[in-house]
Amino acid sequence: MSTGIAKPDFWQHDLVPAAEHKELNVLNLGPTHPATHGIFQNVLTMDGEYIQSAEQTIGYIHRAFEKIAERRPFYQITTLTDRMNYCSAPINNMGWHMTVEKLLHIETPKRVDYLRIIAMELARIADHIVCNAVIGVDTGALTGFTFIFQDREFIYEIFEEICGARLTTNMGRIGGFERNFNDIAWRKTKHFLDYFPKKLKEFENLLMRNRIFMDRCINCGPFPLDRALAYGFTGPNLRACGLDYDVRVMDPYCSYEDFDFKIPIGQNGDVYDRFMVRQKEMWESLKIIRQAVEKCEKMSDKTTFTADVPEWVLPPKEEVYNEMEALIYHFKIVMGESDVPVGEVYHCVEGANGELGFYLVSDGGRTPARVHFRRPCFVYYQAFPEMVKGIMLSDAILSMSSMNVIAGELDA
Amino acid sequence: MVDRLGAAFPEAVLAQEQFHDMRCFTVRKESLHDILRFLRDELDFNFLTTLCGMHYPATEGQEDLLGLVIHLHSFRNRHRIRLKANTPLKDPAFPTFTDLWPATNWMEREAFDFYGLTFTGHPNLKRILNMEDFPAFPMRKDYPLEDPTREDKNDSMFGR
Repeated sequence: MSTGIAKPDFWQHDLVPAAEHKELNVLNLGPTHPATHGIFQNVLTMDGEYIQSAEQTIGYIHRAFEKIAERRPFYQITTLTDRMNYCSAPINNMGWHMTVEKLLHIETPKRVDYLRIIAMELARIADHIVCNAVIGVDTGALTGFTFIFQDREFIYEIFEEICGARLTTNMGRIGGFERNFNDIAWRKTKHFLDYFPKKLKEFENLLMRNRIFMDRCINCGPFPLDRALAYGFTGPNLRACGLDYDVRVMDPYCSYEDFDFKIPIGQNGDVYDRFMVRQKEMWESLKIIRQAVEKCEKMSDKTTFTADVPEWVLPPKEEVYNEMEALIYHFKIVMGESDVPVGEVYHCVEGANGELGFYLVSDGGRTPARVHFRRPCFVYYQAFPEMVKGIMLSDAILSMSSMNVIAGELDA
Repeated sequence: MVDRLGAAFPEAVLAQEQFHDMRCFTVRKESLHDILRFLRDELDFNFLTTLCGMHYPATEGQEDLLGLVIHLHSFRNRHRIRLKANTPLKDPAFPTFTDLWPATNWMEREAFDFYGLTFTGHPNLKRILNMEDFPAFPMRKDYPLEDPTREDKNDSMFGR
Protein backbone atom coordinates (compact mmCIF):
# COMPACT_ATOMS: atom_id res chain seq x y z
CA MET A 1 0.00 0.00 0.00
CA SER A 2 2.65 2.48 1.02
CA THR A 3 4.96 1.78 -1.91
CA GLY A 4 2.21 2.79 -4.32
CA ILE A 5 2.74 6.44 -3.52
CA ALA A 6 6.48 6.48 -2.99
CA LYS A 7 7.72 4.45 -5.92
CA PRO A 8 5.36 2.68 -8.27
CA ASP A 9 6.98 -0.32 -9.92
CA PHE A 10 7.09 1.38 -13.26
CA TRP A 11 8.54 4.65 -12.02
CA GLN A 12 11.90 4.13 -13.67
CA HIS A 13 11.21 2.18 -16.82
CA ASP A 14 8.61 2.39 -19.58
CA LEU A 15 9.95 5.78 -20.59
CA VAL A 16 9.93 6.37 -24.29
CA PRO A 17 13.35 7.42 -25.65
CA ALA A 18 13.99 11.14 -25.64
CA ALA A 19 14.53 11.13 -29.39
CA GLU A 20 10.81 11.00 -29.88
CA HIS A 21 10.43 14.06 -27.65
CA LYS A 22 7.93 12.16 -25.64
CA GLU A 23 7.87 11.12 -22.05
CA LEU A 24 5.38 9.31 -19.90
CA ASN A 25 4.11 10.85 -16.71
CA VAL A 26 3.01 9.08 -13.60
CA LEU A 27 -0.11 10.58 -12.10
CA ASN A 28 -1.43 9.74 -8.67
CA LEU A 29 -5.20 9.91 -8.80
CA GLY A 30 -6.25 9.63 -5.20
CA PRO A 31 -6.33 8.33 -2.48
CA THR A 32 -8.33 11.39 -1.52
CA HIS A 33 -9.22 12.93 -4.81
CA PRO A 34 -12.59 14.59 -5.35
CA ALA A 35 -13.05 12.75 -8.64
CA THR A 36 -12.67 9.26 -7.23
CA HIS A 37 -15.69 9.68 -4.92
CA GLY A 38 -14.09 7.45 -2.36
CA ILE A 39 -10.79 6.59 -0.79
CA PHE A 40 -8.80 4.59 -3.28
CA GLN A 41 -5.78 5.34 -5.34
CA ASN A 42 -5.05 4.95 -9.01
CA VAL A 43 -1.49 5.27 -10.21
CA LEU A 44 -1.88 6.21 -13.85
CA THR A 45 0.87 6.23 -16.42
CA MET A 46 -0.02 9.00 -18.78
CA ASP A 47 1.00 9.71 -22.31
CA GLY A 48 -0.15 13.30 -22.43
CA GLU A 49 -3.87 13.13 -21.83
CA TYR A 50 -4.07 9.42 -22.64
CA ILE A 51 -3.78 6.65 -20.09
CA GLN A 52 -1.22 3.99 -20.86
CA SER A 53 -1.76 1.87 -17.80
CA ALA A 54 -3.37 2.07 -14.43
CA GLU A 55 -2.66 0.39 -11.16
CA GLN A 56 -5.03 0.56 -8.23
CA THR A 57 -4.22 0.59 -4.58
CA ILE A 58 -7.14 -0.16 -2.33
CA GLY A 59 -7.60 -0.91 1.33
CA TYR A 60 -7.47 2.61 2.74
CA ILE A 61 -10.64 2.07 4.72
CA HIS A 62 -10.27 -1.64 5.38
CA ARG A 63 -12.03 -2.36 8.67
CA ALA A 64 -11.57 -6.15 8.90
CA PHE A 65 -15.30 -6.87 8.77
CA GLU A 66 -14.84 -10.55 8.09
CA LYS A 67 -12.59 -10.90 11.13
CA ILE A 68 -14.88 -8.88 13.38
CA ALA A 69 -17.85 -10.93 12.18
CA GLU A 70 -16.21 -14.07 13.53
CA ARG A 71 -16.48 -12.66 17.02
CA ARG A 72 -19.97 -11.24 17.01
CA PRO A 73 -23.36 -12.87 17.50
CA PHE A 74 -25.36 -13.06 14.30
CA TYR A 75 -27.62 -10.10 14.90
CA GLN A 76 -24.69 -7.79 15.59
CA ILE A 77 -23.17 -8.37 12.16
CA THR A 78 -25.95 -6.36 10.51
CA THR A 79 -24.23 -3.16 11.55
CA LEU A 80 -21.12 -4.25 9.69
CA THR A 81 -23.07 -4.77 6.50
CA ASP A 82 -24.42 -1.22 6.76
CA ARG A 83 -20.96 0.09 6.31
CA MET A 84 -20.17 -1.76 3.12
CA ASN A 85 -22.33 -0.19 0.47
CA TYR A 86 -23.49 2.72 2.56
CA CYS A 87 -25.45 4.21 -0.32
CA SER A 88 -27.98 1.38 -0.11
CA ALA A 89 -27.54 -0.04 3.38
CA PRO A 90 -31.01 -1.64 3.68
CA ILE A 91 -30.23 -4.05 0.85
CA ASN A 92 -27.13 -5.21 2.69
CA ASN A 93 -29.06 -5.51 5.96
CA MET A 94 -31.83 -7.55 4.40
CA GLY A 95 -29.33 -9.68 2.53
CA TRP A 96 -27.63 -10.58 5.77
CA HIS A 97 -30.91 -11.30 7.56
CA MET A 98 -32.03 -13.54 4.73
CA THR A 99 -28.72 -15.39 4.81
CA VAL A 100 -29.14 -16.16 8.49
CA GLU A 101 -32.77 -17.09 7.92
CA LYS A 102 -31.68 -19.50 5.23
CA LEU A 103 -29.28 -21.11 7.67
CA LEU A 104 -31.98 -21.32 10.34
CA HIS A 105 -34.70 -22.46 7.90
CA ILE A 106 -36.93 -19.54 8.85
CA GLU A 107 -39.83 -18.89 6.51
CA THR A 108 -40.87 -15.27 6.52
CA PRO A 109 -44.52 -14.29 5.99
CA LYS A 110 -45.41 -12.61 2.73
CA ARG A 111 -46.06 -9.30 4.39
CA VAL A 112 -42.52 -9.22 5.78
CA ASP A 113 -41.18 -9.96 2.31
CA TYR A 114 -43.19 -7.12 0.81
CA LEU A 115 -42.10 -4.67 3.49
CA ARG A 116 -38.53 -5.70 2.85
CA ILE A 117 -38.97 -5.20 -0.85
CA ILE A 118 -40.28 -1.68 -0.29
CA ALA A 119 -37.21 -0.85 1.78
CA MET A 120 -34.80 -2.51 -0.62
CA GLU A 121 -36.19 -0.91 -3.74
CA LEU A 122 -36.20 2.52 -2.10
CA ALA A 123 -32.56 1.91 -1.28
CA ARG A 124 -31.86 0.90 -4.85
CA ILE A 125 -33.38 4.14 -6.09
CA ALA A 126 -31.33 6.12 -3.58
CA ASP A 127 -28.16 4.37 -4.71
CA HIS A 128 -28.87 4.90 -8.40
CA ILE A 129 -29.68 8.55 -7.74
CA VAL A 130 -26.23 9.02 -6.25
CA CYS A 131 -24.47 7.22 -9.04
CA ASN A 132 -26.32 8.80 -11.94
CA ALA A 133 -26.24 12.26 -10.43
CA VAL A 134 -22.50 11.91 -9.99
CA ILE A 135 -22.06 10.85 -13.60
CA GLY A 136 -23.76 14.12 -14.40
CA VAL A 137 -21.39 16.02 -12.12
CA ASP A 138 -18.36 14.42 -13.74
CA THR A 139 -19.54 15.53 -17.15
CA GLY A 140 -19.95 19.03 -15.79
CA ALA A 141 -23.71 19.02 -15.26
CA LEU A 142 -24.12 19.92 -11.62
CA THR A 143 -27.77 20.86 -11.95
CA GLY A 144 -29.07 17.31 -12.02
CA PHE A 145 -27.15 16.47 -8.89
CA THR A 146 -28.53 19.33 -6.83
CA PHE A 147 -31.95 18.77 -8.33
CA ILE A 148 -32.39 15.09 -7.54
CA PHE A 149 -30.56 14.88 -4.23
CA GLN A 150 -33.63 16.20 -2.45
CA ASP A 151 -35.35 12.97 -3.34
CA ARG A 152 -32.59 10.86 -1.91
CA GLU A 153 -33.10 12.95 1.18
CA PHE A 154 -36.78 12.10 1.07
CA ILE A 155 -36.00 8.36 0.82
CA TYR A 156 -33.82 8.74 3.89
CA GLU A 157 -36.74 10.35 5.66
CA ILE A 158 -38.78 7.24 4.89
CA PHE A 159 -35.97 5.09 6.27
CA GLU A 160 -35.96 7.24 9.34
CA GLU A 161 -39.62 6.46 9.89
CA ILE A 162 -39.08 2.75 9.29
CA CYS A 163 -36.02 2.17 11.45
CA GLY A 164 -34.92 5.44 13.00
CA ALA A 165 -31.69 5.83 11.06
CA ARG A 166 -30.83 7.36 7.73
CA LEU A 167 -27.54 6.28 6.21
CA THR A 168 -26.28 3.27 8.14
CA THR A 169 -29.72 1.97 8.81
CA ASN A 170 -29.32 -1.35 10.65
CA MET A 171 -32.83 -1.92 9.37
CA GLY A 172 -34.80 -5.02 10.25
CA ARG A 173 -33.92 -7.98 12.39
CA ILE A 174 -33.38 -11.65 11.76
CA GLY A 175 -36.91 -12.82 11.04
CA GLY A 176 -38.41 -9.51 9.99
CA PHE A 177 -38.48 -5.97 11.24
CA GLU A 178 -38.05 -4.47 14.67
CA ARG A 179 -41.39 -2.71 14.38
CA ASN A 180 -44.22 -2.26 11.95
CA PHE A 181 -44.15 0.52 9.38
CA ASN A 182 -45.89 3.49 10.96
CA ASP A 183 -48.46 5.69 9.29
CA ILE A 184 -45.96 8.38 8.42
CA ALA A 185 -43.78 5.82 6.65
CA TRP A 186 -46.71 4.65 4.56
CA ARG A 187 -47.81 8.18 3.84
CA LYS A 188 -44.34 9.24 2.82
CA THR A 189 -43.85 6.17 0.64
CA LYS A 190 -47.09 6.87 -1.17
CA HIS A 191 -46.22 10.52 -1.52
CA PHE A 192 -42.87 9.49 -2.97
CA LEU A 193 -44.61 7.25 -5.50
CA ASP A 194 -46.85 10.14 -6.45
CA TYR A 195 -44.38 12.91 -6.99
CA PHE A 196 -41.10 11.17 -7.79
CA PRO A 197 -41.89 9.94 -11.34
CA LYS A 198 -42.33 13.52 -12.47
CA LYS A 199 -39.11 14.54 -10.80
CA LEU A 200 -37.24 11.62 -12.31
CA LYS A 201 -38.58 12.51 -15.73
CA GLU A 202 -37.27 16.02 -15.32
CA PHE A 203 -33.90 14.65 -14.28
CA GLU A 204 -33.88 12.52 -17.40
CA ASN A 205 -34.78 15.53 -19.50
CA LEU A 206 -31.77 17.32 -18.09
CA LEU A 207 -29.31 14.64 -19.09
CA MET A 208 -30.60 11.85 -21.26
CA ARG A 209 -30.86 13.62 -24.61
CA ASN A 210 -28.48 16.39 -23.66
CA ARG A 211 -26.00 16.74 -26.53
CA ILE A 212 -22.99 17.46 -24.32
CA PHE A 213 -23.82 14.63 -21.98
CA MET A 214 -24.32 12.20 -24.85
CA ASP A 215 -21.08 13.24 -26.52
CA ARG A 216 -19.21 12.68 -23.30
CA CYS A 217 -20.82 9.35 -22.40
CA ILE A 218 -21.54 7.43 -25.56
CA ASN A 219 -18.61 5.18 -26.44
CA CYS A 220 -16.78 6.19 -23.31
CA GLY A 221 -15.18 3.28 -21.49
CA PRO A 222 -17.00 0.47 -23.31
CA PHE A 223 -16.50 -3.04 -22.06
CA PRO A 224 -17.29 -6.17 -24.07
CA LEU A 225 -19.59 -8.75 -22.55
CA ASP A 226 -17.20 -11.68 -22.56
CA ARG A 227 -14.56 -9.68 -20.69
CA ALA A 228 -17.21 -8.43 -18.29
CA LEU A 229 -18.20 -11.99 -17.45
CA ALA A 230 -14.60 -13.04 -17.04
CA TYR A 231 -14.07 -10.14 -14.67
CA GLY A 232 -17.11 -11.07 -12.62
CA PHE A 233 -19.23 -8.04 -13.46
CA THR A 234 -22.70 -8.12 -12.00
CA GLY A 235 -25.54 -5.69 -11.57
CA PRO A 236 -26.12 -2.67 -13.80
CA ASN A 237 -22.56 -2.84 -15.13
CA LEU A 238 -23.09 -6.32 -16.52
CA ARG A 239 -26.55 -5.53 -17.78
CA ALA A 240 -25.18 -2.51 -19.61
CA CYS A 241 -22.97 -4.95 -21.53
CA GLY A 242 -26.08 -6.72 -22.73
CA LEU A 243 -26.75 -9.68 -20.45
CA ASP A 244 -29.99 -9.82 -18.49
CA TYR A 245 -28.54 -11.31 -15.34
CA ASP A 246 -30.38 -10.11 -12.27
CA VAL A 247 -30.41 -12.08 -9.03
CA ARG A 248 -33.96 -10.97 -8.36
CA VAL A 249 -35.04 -12.97 -11.38
CA MET A 250 -32.40 -15.69 -11.62
CA ASP A 251 -32.57 -16.74 -7.96
CA PRO A 252 -35.73 -15.10 -6.67
CA TYR A 253 -35.51 -14.30 -2.98
CA CYS A 254 -37.88 -12.44 -0.72
CA SER A 255 -40.92 -13.14 -2.96
CA TYR A 256 -39.59 -11.17 -5.92
CA GLU A 257 -41.28 -13.77 -8.10
CA ASP A 258 -44.66 -12.19 -7.16
CA PHE A 259 -43.75 -8.96 -8.88
CA ASP A 260 -43.96 -7.84 -12.43
CA PHE A 261 -40.93 -5.93 -13.59
CA LYS A 262 -38.46 -5.87 -16.43
CA ILE A 263 -34.68 -6.11 -16.50
CA PRO A 264 -33.33 -3.25 -18.57
CA ILE A 265 -30.20 -4.05 -20.54
CA GLY A 266 -27.75 -2.04 -22.58
CA GLN A 267 -25.69 -2.91 -25.57
CA ASN A 268 -22.18 -1.52 -25.57
CA GLY A 269 -21.38 -1.42 -21.88
CA ASP A 270 -20.26 2.20 -22.13
CA VAL A 271 -20.95 4.96 -19.63
CA TYR A 272 -24.16 5.97 -21.35
CA ASP A 273 -25.51 2.43 -21.24
CA ARG A 274 -24.70 2.11 -17.57
CA PHE A 275 -26.40 5.42 -16.92
CA MET A 276 -29.45 4.35 -18.89
CA VAL A 277 -29.68 0.93 -17.26
CA ARG A 278 -29.67 2.57 -13.84
CA GLN A 279 -32.18 5.12 -14.98
CA LYS A 280 -34.55 2.44 -16.28
CA GLU A 281 -34.04 0.40 -13.14
CA MET A 282 -35.29 3.27 -11.07
CA TRP A 283 -38.54 3.16 -13.03
CA GLU A 284 -38.77 -0.58 -12.52
CA SER A 285 -38.08 -0.14 -8.81
CA LEU A 286 -40.89 2.38 -8.61
CA LYS A 287 -43.15 -0.17 -10.27
CA ILE A 288 -42.11 -2.81 -7.74
CA ILE A 289 -42.68 -0.48 -4.79
CA ARG A 290 -46.11 0.45 -6.11
CA GLN A 291 -47.05 -3.22 -6.45
CA ALA A 292 -45.70 -4.00 -2.99
CA VAL A 293 -47.68 -1.17 -1.42
CA GLU A 294 -50.81 -2.38 -3.20
CA LYS A 295 -50.25 -5.95 -2.07
CA CYS A 296 -49.75 -4.83 1.51
CA GLU A 297 -52.94 -2.79 1.39
CA LYS A 298 -54.93 -5.69 -0.01
CA MET A 299 -53.80 -7.97 2.78
CA SER A 300 -56.21 -8.32 5.65
CA ASP A 301 -53.22 -8.72 7.93
CA LYS A 302 -51.80 -5.32 8.77
CA THR A 303 -49.80 -6.17 11.85
CA THR A 304 -47.35 -8.96 10.98
CA PHE A 305 -43.85 -7.65 10.70
CA THR A 306 -41.80 -10.64 11.83
CA ALA A 307 -41.70 -14.35 11.30
CA ASP A 308 -42.87 -16.49 14.18
CA VAL A 309 -39.45 -17.20 15.67
CA PRO A 310 -39.33 -16.23 19.35
CA GLU A 311 -35.69 -17.38 19.58
CA TRP A 312 -34.66 -14.58 17.22
CA VAL A 313 -37.20 -11.80 17.44
CA LEU A 314 -37.11 -9.67 20.57
CA PRO A 315 -40.42 -9.79 22.44
CA PRO A 316 -42.24 -6.55 23.30
CA LYS A 317 -40.92 -4.85 26.40
CA GLU A 318 -44.18 -5.23 28.39
CA GLU A 319 -43.92 -8.98 27.98
CA VAL A 320 -40.25 -9.00 28.96
CA TYR A 321 -41.12 -7.34 32.25
CA ASN A 322 -44.15 -9.50 32.98
CA GLU A 323 -43.66 -12.93 31.46
CA MET A 324 -41.01 -15.53 32.18
CA GLU A 325 -40.82 -16.91 28.63
CA ALA A 326 -40.34 -13.51 27.08
CA LEU A 327 -37.66 -12.60 29.59
CA ILE A 328 -35.73 -15.77 28.80
CA TYR A 329 -35.93 -15.18 25.08
CA HIS A 330 -34.96 -11.56 25.51
CA PHE A 331 -31.89 -12.56 27.49
CA LYS A 332 -30.92 -15.32 25.07
CA ILE A 333 -31.21 -13.07 22.05
CA VAL A 334 -29.31 -10.16 23.56
CA MET A 335 -26.52 -12.41 24.78
CA GLY A 336 -26.43 -14.16 21.41
CA GLU A 337 -27.20 -17.55 22.89
CA SER A 338 -29.91 -18.68 20.49
CA ASP A 339 -29.11 -22.07 18.98
CA VAL A 340 -27.71 -22.14 15.50
CA PRO A 341 -27.41 -25.30 13.41
CA VAL A 342 -24.12 -26.41 11.91
CA GLY A 343 -23.99 -25.71 8.21
CA GLU A 344 -22.99 -23.35 5.51
CA VAL A 345 -25.03 -21.23 3.18
CA TYR A 346 -24.43 -18.88 0.33
CA HIS A 347 -27.12 -16.34 -0.22
CA CYS A 348 -27.05 -13.49 -2.64
CA VAL A 349 -29.19 -10.49 -3.26
CA GLU A 350 -29.22 -8.00 -6.07
CA GLY A 351 -27.41 -5.12 -4.48
CA ALA A 352 -27.58 -1.73 -6.10
CA ASN A 353 -24.28 -2.30 -7.86
CA GLY A 354 -24.29 -6.04 -8.34
CA GLU A 355 -24.62 -9.45 -6.81
CA LEU A 356 -24.04 -9.05 -3.11
CA GLY A 357 -23.29 -12.47 -1.67
CA PHE A 358 -22.91 -13.73 1.86
CA TYR A 359 -21.08 -16.96 2.46
CA LEU A 360 -21.76 -18.00 6.03
CA VAL A 361 -20.23 -21.00 7.76
CA SER A 362 -21.60 -21.93 11.14
CA ASP A 363 -20.09 -24.51 13.44
CA GLY A 364 -22.96 -24.31 15.88
CA GLY A 365 -21.30 -21.67 18.01
CA ARG A 366 -22.77 -18.35 19.02
CA THR A 367 -20.83 -16.54 16.34
CA PRO A 368 -20.20 -17.55 12.73
CA ALA A 369 -17.10 -19.61 12.06
CA ARG A 370 -16.53 -17.71 8.85
CA VAL A 371 -18.30 -15.01 6.94
CA HIS A 372 -17.26 -13.98 3.51
CA PHE A 373 -18.89 -11.04 1.83
CA ARG A 374 -18.98 -11.10 -1.93
CA ARG A 375 -18.76 -7.40 -2.52
CA PRO A 376 -19.67 -6.67 -6.12
CA CYS A 377 -17.41 -3.68 -6.61
CA PHE A 378 -14.40 -5.45 -5.15
CA VAL A 379 -14.81 -7.96 -7.96
CA TYR A 380 -15.50 -5.66 -10.86
CA TYR A 381 -13.31 -2.71 -9.99
CA GLN A 382 -10.25 -4.77 -10.91
CA ALA A 383 -11.31 -4.42 -14.55
CA PHE A 384 -10.71 -0.68 -14.37
CA PRO A 385 -7.17 -0.73 -15.88
CA GLU A 386 -8.43 -2.69 -18.86
CA MET A 387 -11.40 -0.39 -19.24
CA VAL A 388 -9.41 2.83 -19.28
CA LYS A 389 -6.38 1.72 -21.24
CA GLY A 390 -5.83 4.16 -24.06
CA ILE A 391 -8.62 6.56 -23.19
CA MET A 392 -8.38 10.09 -21.85
CA LEU A 393 -8.10 10.97 -18.22
CA SER A 394 -11.39 12.82 -18.08
CA ASP A 395 -13.12 9.82 -19.67
CA ALA A 396 -11.46 7.51 -17.17
CA ILE A 397 -12.93 9.52 -14.31
CA LEU A 398 -16.30 9.24 -15.95
CA SER A 399 -15.87 5.48 -16.36
CA MET A 400 -14.94 5.17 -12.74
CA SER A 401 -17.96 7.00 -11.43
CA SER A 402 -20.24 5.11 -13.80
CA MET A 403 -18.96 1.79 -12.38
CA ASN A 404 -20.38 2.86 -9.03
CA VAL A 405 -17.40 1.88 -6.93
CA ILE A 406 -18.17 2.42 -3.26
CA ALA A 407 -15.03 2.55 -1.17
CA GLY A 408 -16.70 1.08 1.90
CA GLU A 409 -17.74 -1.97 -0.02
CA LEU A 410 -14.47 -2.22 -1.87
CA ASP A 411 -12.43 -2.45 1.31
CA ALA A 412 -14.89 -4.14 3.66
CA MET B 1 -23.63 -32.99 -13.63
CA VAL B 2 -22.47 -34.87 -10.57
CA ASP B 3 -21.98 -38.00 -12.65
CA ARG B 4 -19.98 -36.24 -15.31
CA LEU B 5 -17.73 -34.61 -12.79
CA GLY B 6 -17.24 -37.92 -11.01
CA ALA B 7 -16.54 -39.71 -14.28
CA ALA B 8 -14.04 -37.15 -15.46
CA PHE B 9 -12.16 -36.98 -12.17
CA PRO B 10 -12.73 -40.27 -10.35
CA GLU B 11 -9.77 -39.77 -8.07
CA ALA B 12 -10.10 -36.10 -7.35
CA VAL B 13 -13.52 -35.71 -5.75
CA LEU B 14 -13.02 -36.57 -2.09
CA ALA B 15 -16.47 -35.81 -0.76
CA GLN B 16 -19.72 -34.21 -1.71
CA GLU B 17 -22.42 -32.79 0.48
CA GLN B 18 -25.63 -30.93 0.02
CA PHE B 19 -25.99 -27.78 2.08
CA HIS B 20 -29.42 -26.24 1.68
CA ASP B 21 -29.75 -25.42 -1.99
CA MET B 22 -26.15 -25.93 -2.95
CA ARG B 23 -24.05 -28.95 -3.79
CA CYS B 24 -20.57 -28.81 -2.34
CA PHE B 25 -17.59 -30.80 -3.58
CA THR B 26 -14.39 -31.26 -1.69
CA VAL B 27 -11.69 -31.94 -4.19
CA ARG B 28 -8.02 -32.75 -4.23
CA LYS B 29 -5.91 -29.63 -4.34
CA GLU B 30 -3.74 -30.86 -7.22
CA SER B 31 -6.67 -31.30 -9.58
CA LEU B 32 -8.59 -28.16 -8.60
CA HIS B 33 -7.33 -26.20 -11.57
CA ASP B 34 -8.23 -28.97 -14.03
CA ILE B 35 -11.65 -29.39 -12.45
CA LEU B 36 -12.37 -25.69 -12.73
CA ARG B 37 -11.33 -25.71 -16.36
CA PHE B 38 -13.52 -28.74 -16.98
CA LEU B 39 -16.49 -27.14 -15.23
CA ARG B 40 -16.07 -23.94 -17.17
CA ASP B 41 -15.56 -25.46 -20.60
CA GLU B 42 -17.62 -28.64 -20.49
CA LEU B 43 -20.34 -28.03 -17.93
CA ASP B 44 -21.11 -24.39 -18.65
CA PHE B 45 -20.11 -22.93 -15.32
CA ASN B 46 -19.23 -19.65 -16.95
CA PHE B 47 -19.14 -17.41 -13.92
CA LEU B 48 -16.92 -17.47 -10.87
CA THR B 49 -18.83 -15.86 -8.05
CA THR B 50 -16.39 -15.93 -5.17
CA LEU B 51 -13.09 -17.32 -4.14
CA CYS B 52 -12.11 -17.07 -0.51
CA GLY B 53 -9.77 -18.62 2.01
CA MET B 54 -10.53 -20.61 5.11
CA HIS B 55 -8.59 -21.70 8.15
CA TYR B 56 -9.31 -24.87 10.08
CA PRO B 57 -7.28 -24.80 13.28
CA ALA B 58 -5.53 -27.97 14.36
CA THR B 59 -7.65 -30.50 16.18
CA GLU B 60 -6.73 -33.88 17.59
CA GLY B 61 -5.38 -36.05 14.85
CA GLN B 62 -5.41 -33.26 12.32
CA GLU B 63 -2.92 -30.57 11.58
CA ASP B 64 -3.64 -26.94 10.76
CA LEU B 65 -5.39 -26.71 7.43
CA LEU B 66 -5.94 -23.85 5.06
CA GLY B 67 -8.82 -24.08 2.68
CA LEU B 68 -10.02 -22.48 -0.48
CA VAL B 69 -13.71 -22.11 -1.21
CA ILE B 70 -14.94 -21.31 -4.69
CA HIS B 71 -18.49 -20.66 -5.78
CA LEU B 72 -19.30 -21.24 -9.41
CA HIS B 73 -22.43 -20.25 -11.23
CA SER B 74 -23.84 -21.50 -14.48
CA PHE B 75 -26.03 -18.76 -15.92
CA ARG B 76 -27.49 -21.02 -18.56
CA ASN B 77 -28.53 -23.81 -16.22
CA ARG B 78 -29.24 -21.52 -13.26
CA HIS B 79 -27.10 -23.65 -11.08
CA ARG B 80 -24.56 -22.90 -8.42
CA ILE B 81 -21.97 -25.17 -6.88
CA ARG B 82 -19.32 -24.82 -4.23
CA LEU B 83 -15.86 -26.30 -4.47
CA LYS B 84 -13.50 -26.74 -1.59
CA ALA B 85 -9.89 -27.76 -1.43
CA ASN B 86 -7.67 -27.96 1.58
CA THR B 87 -3.97 -27.74 2.00
CA PRO B 88 -1.70 -28.08 5.02
CA LEU B 89 -0.66 -24.80 6.59
CA LYS B 90 2.98 -25.60 5.87
CA ASP B 91 2.36 -25.84 2.14
CA PRO B 92 -0.12 -23.08 1.30
CA ALA B 93 0.43 -23.09 -2.47
CA PHE B 94 -2.34 -23.37 -5.02
CA PRO B 95 -2.04 -22.82 -8.74
CA THR B 96 -3.44 -19.49 -9.85
CA PHE B 97 -6.85 -19.35 -11.48
CA THR B 98 -6.32 -15.98 -13.13
CA ASP B 99 -5.80 -17.75 -16.45
CA LEU B 100 -9.36 -19.08 -16.25
CA TRP B 101 -11.10 -16.05 -14.78
CA PRO B 102 -9.24 -12.74 -14.46
CA ALA B 103 -11.75 -11.92 -11.72
CA THR B 104 -9.83 -14.16 -9.35
CA ASN B 105 -6.87 -11.79 -9.42
CA TRP B 106 -7.96 -9.69 -6.47
CA MET B 107 -9.76 -12.55 -4.78
CA GLU B 108 -6.53 -14.51 -4.68
CA ARG B 109 -4.68 -11.47 -3.41
CA GLU B 110 -7.30 -11.18 -0.69
CA ALA B 111 -6.91 -14.85 0.25
CA PHE B 112 -3.15 -14.33 0.37
CA ASP B 113 -3.54 -11.21 2.43
CA PHE B 114 -5.90 -12.78 4.95
CA TYR B 115 -4.72 -16.38 5.15
CA GLY B 116 -1.29 -16.55 3.55
CA LEU B 117 -2.43 -18.79 0.73
CA THR B 118 -0.07 -18.44 -2.19
CA PHE B 119 -1.00 -18.83 -5.81
CA THR B 120 1.70 -20.06 -8.13
CA GLY B 121 1.76 -18.06 -11.32
CA HIS B 122 -0.27 -15.13 -10.04
CA PRO B 123 0.78 -11.96 -11.90
CA ASN B 124 0.93 -9.69 -8.87
CA LEU B 125 0.63 -11.57 -5.62
CA LYS B 126 0.90 -8.99 -2.88
CA ARG B 127 -1.32 -7.83 -0.07
CA ILE B 128 -4.38 -5.96 -1.14
CA LEU B 129 -6.38 -4.68 1.83
CA ASN B 130 -3.78 -4.65 4.57
CA MET B 131 -0.58 -2.67 4.40
CA GLU B 132 2.28 -4.39 2.67
CA ASP B 133 4.52 -4.77 5.73
CA PHE B 134 1.75 -6.23 7.86
CA PRO B 135 3.42 -8.89 10.00
CA ALA B 136 0.74 -11.60 10.07
CA PHE B 137 -2.12 -13.22 8.24
CA PRO B 138 -4.98 -11.75 10.21
CA MET B 139 -7.89 -14.01 9.30
CA ARG B 140 -6.21 -17.11 10.69
CA LYS B 141 -7.95 -18.27 13.80
CA ASP B 142 -4.88 -17.87 15.99
CA TYR B 143 -4.61 -14.15 15.23
CA PRO B 144 -6.32 -12.26 18.04
CA LEU B 145 -8.91 -9.69 17.13
CA GLU B 146 -7.94 -7.38 19.93
CA ASP B 147 -4.61 -6.48 21.39
CA PRO B 148 -3.91 -9.44 23.71
CA THR B 149 -1.85 -7.32 26.09
CA ARG B 150 -4.80 -5.15 27.01
CA GLU B 151 -5.85 -5.48 30.63
CA ASP B 152 -8.53 -2.84 30.97
CA LYS B 153 -11.13 -4.79 29.11
CA ASN B 154 -12.47 -8.23 29.74
CA ASP B 155 -14.99 -9.37 27.20
CA SER B 156 -14.48 -13.08 27.54
CA MET B 157 -18.23 -13.30 28.06
CA PHE B 158 -18.86 -12.03 24.57
CA GLY B 159 -17.90 -13.53 21.27
CA ARG B 160 -15.77 -16.61 21.15
